[in-house]
Amino acid sequence: MTALTLRNVWKEYGDQIVIENLSLDIAPRSFVALVGPSGCGKTTLLRLLLGQERATRGTIMLDGAALPDEPGPDRGVVYQRYSVFPHLTVLGNVMLGPELQSARVVGRSFGAARRHLNEAARQMIADVGLAGSEDKYPAQLSGGMQQRLALAQALMMKPRVLLLDEPFGALDPGIRTDIHHLMKRLWDERPMTVVMVTHDLREAFTLGTRVVALGRKRNRPEEADRYGASITNDIDIWPPRVAGARTLFNTEYALGWDDPTVQAVTSGRPDQPPET
Amino acid sequence: MRLINQQLSPVAATALKFAPFLVLILAYLLGSSLRLAENPNDKLLPALTSIADAVDLMAFTPDRRSGDYLLWTDTWSSLKRLAAGLGISTALALVIGVCIGILPFFRALLAPFVSFVSMVPPLALLPILFISMGLGETSKIALIVIGVAPIMIRDLAQTVLALPREQIVKAETLSASSWLIALRIVLPQALPRLLGSLRLQLGPAFLFLIAAEAISADSGLGYRIFLVRRYLSMDIIFPYVAWITFLAASADFGIDRFRRWLFPWSQLEAGR
Ligand SMILES: Nc1ncnc2c1ncn2[C@@H]1O[C@H](COP(=O)(O)OP(=O)(O)OP(=O)(O)O)[C@@H](O)[C@H]1O
Ligand SMILES: [Mg+2]
Repeated sequence: MTALTLRNVWKEYGDQIVIENLSLDIAPRSFVALVGPSGCGKTTLLRLLLGQERATRGTIMLDGAALPDEPGPDRGVVYQRYSVFPHLTVLGNVMLGPELQSARVVGRSFGAARRHLNEAARQMIADVGLAGSEDKYPAQLSGGMQQRLALAQALMMKPRVLLLDEPFGALDPGIRTDIHHLMKRLWDERPMTVVMVTHDLREAFTLGTRVVALGRKRNRPEEADRYGASITNDIDIWPPRVAGARTLFNTEYALGWDDPTVQAVTSGRPDQPPET
Repeated sequence: MRLINQQLSPVAATALKFAPFLVLILAYLLGSSLRLAENPNDKLLPALTSIADAVDLMAFTPDRRSGDYLLWTDTWSSLKRLAAGLGISTALALVIGVCIGILPFFRALLAPFVSFVSMVPPLALLPILFISMGLGETSKIALIVIGVAPIMIRDLAQTVLALPREQIVKAETLSASSWLIALRIVLPQALPRLLGSLRLQLGPAFLFLIAAEAISADSGLGYRIFLVRRYLSMDIIFPYVAWITFLAASADFGIDRFRRWLFPWSQLEAGR
C-alpha cells in the first residue's frame, strides 16, 4: 500500500517558478487524475514524483519515508513520448524490465526463465491489444500503439506507483475504451497507486478516484514566471470509487456506451449498456 | 513541376550514376592520346596498354629481387596497419565515448581533454612519433589512432548524450543499474552510429597511413607510390591510386551493409 505525501513543494528552473507551495496527500490505491492547462507543470510534478528531478524546496514522501533520490522499479512511468526503446522489438521492450531485474550482469535471461518471461510478456502484449505486433520495432508502430507498448513495459515491473503522462492522448475512441477497461482492471487487481496526467476531463472523471486540477492562481502574463502552479481544484469522485470494489454506478460500463460515435467504433450493439 | 520533385526513371537514374565515371575515363583517354601523339615518350598520362603492362608487372609477376607479388604484399602490409589503427580507434571510441556520454565523472574528467587533443594536427606529430617509437609499425598505427580516435570519441559521446533523458530514466524504473543501462540501452543505440563514424574516418585513416608510409616503410601502398614517383612511373601510380580508392569504397559499402544487417531498426529510425 503506497501513499504519496507532498509538503510545501516548490520547483524552480532558474528564475522561473514552475510549482509553488504545493501540498498534496495521495491515499494508497488511489487513482489521481491530474488536469490543468498546457505548460502549467504537470509533467514537472510527475518528474518530481518519479525522482528524476528534485524539488527546490519542500519534501516528498513515499509511505512516510523520504522519496529516494533516483528513479527505481517501485515507480513506473509512461511518458508523453520517448517511452519505449527504438532498438528493441515490441516483445523485447516488454521483456526488458524483468530481464534487467533478474540478470544483473548480462541483462538477459536464458532457458526456462526466458520461456516463462516470454509467455508472460506475450500475455501482457495481448492485454494491451498489441497481439500480432510482437516482432515489430517501435518505429513501425503508430503513436497510440507505442503508448500501449510503454504501458505494457511499465506494468511488467508491477510498480507500486504508476505515473502516466497523457498516456492515451493519441488513441481513437474505440481503443481508448478498451484501454480504459484494461487500466481499471489492472488498478483493481494490483496494489498500485496511479497518478495520471490527462487533458480529457471525461477520462479523468471516468477513471479517477480523485481529480486534481493544477493551475496558476495569478495569471497576468508579465508575472507568469514569478508565480508557479499549485492546486486550484481537488475533487473526490462521488460515489467513492474503491480499487477492486464495485460502486453504486456500475463503472464497468464501457466508457461512452451511450455515445453513438463511440458505439459505431466499439461494438454493433446500440441502446443498451454492454454486459460485463 | 519543381526541380526538387523531379521523378527519375530507373534507367535514367542508372545512366546518371555512371555518367561522371564515364566522363572521367573518356577525358583521360582523350588527354592521354593527345599527349602521346605529340610525344610518344610522354610519361604524364600513359596509354591504357602501358597501364595494363604495369598492372601485370606489379600484380601478376613475381618481383625479380624478392620474388613477391608487389601489389599484394603492399596491400597486405597497408591493410594490416589500417585495420590495427582503425580497430584500436574504434575500441577506444566505444569505451571512452560511452563513459563520457553516461558517467558525469568521466565527462568532467575527459570531455575537455579529448576535445583539446582532437585539435592537435596529427601530421605535425609524425616526427615525434618516429623519434619516440622508431620507424616500425608502431609509429604508423599510432599516427592513425591519434588522427581518428579523438574525433570518433567525441562523435560517440555526442550520440550518447543526445539519447532522450526519458529513455535513461525509463530504464532506471525498469531496475537497470548504470552498467546495465550502458550494456542494454546505450551500447546498442551507439553502435550503428559508431559504424557510421568509422565509415567517415576511412578517408582520414588512409591519409595518415599513406603519409606515414611515404616517409618510412619497406612495403605498403603509400610507400610504393612515393618510391616509383622518382621514376615518374605514372603507369604504376594511377592503378595504385585506383586500387586504394576501390579498397576504401568497398570498406565504406561493406560497413554500411553490416550495420543494416546487424541493426535493422537503425534503418527504420533514419526513415522517420
Ligand atoms: N528542464 C526545464 N528547464 C527549464 N524549464 C522547464 C524545464 N522543464 C519544464 N520547464 C518549464 O516548466 C513549465 C511546465 O512544463 P511542463 O512540461 O511540466 O508542462 P505540462 O503541464 O506538462 O504541459 P503539457 O500539458 O503541455 O504537457 C513550462 O513553462 C516549461 O517551460
Ligand atoms: Mg506534459
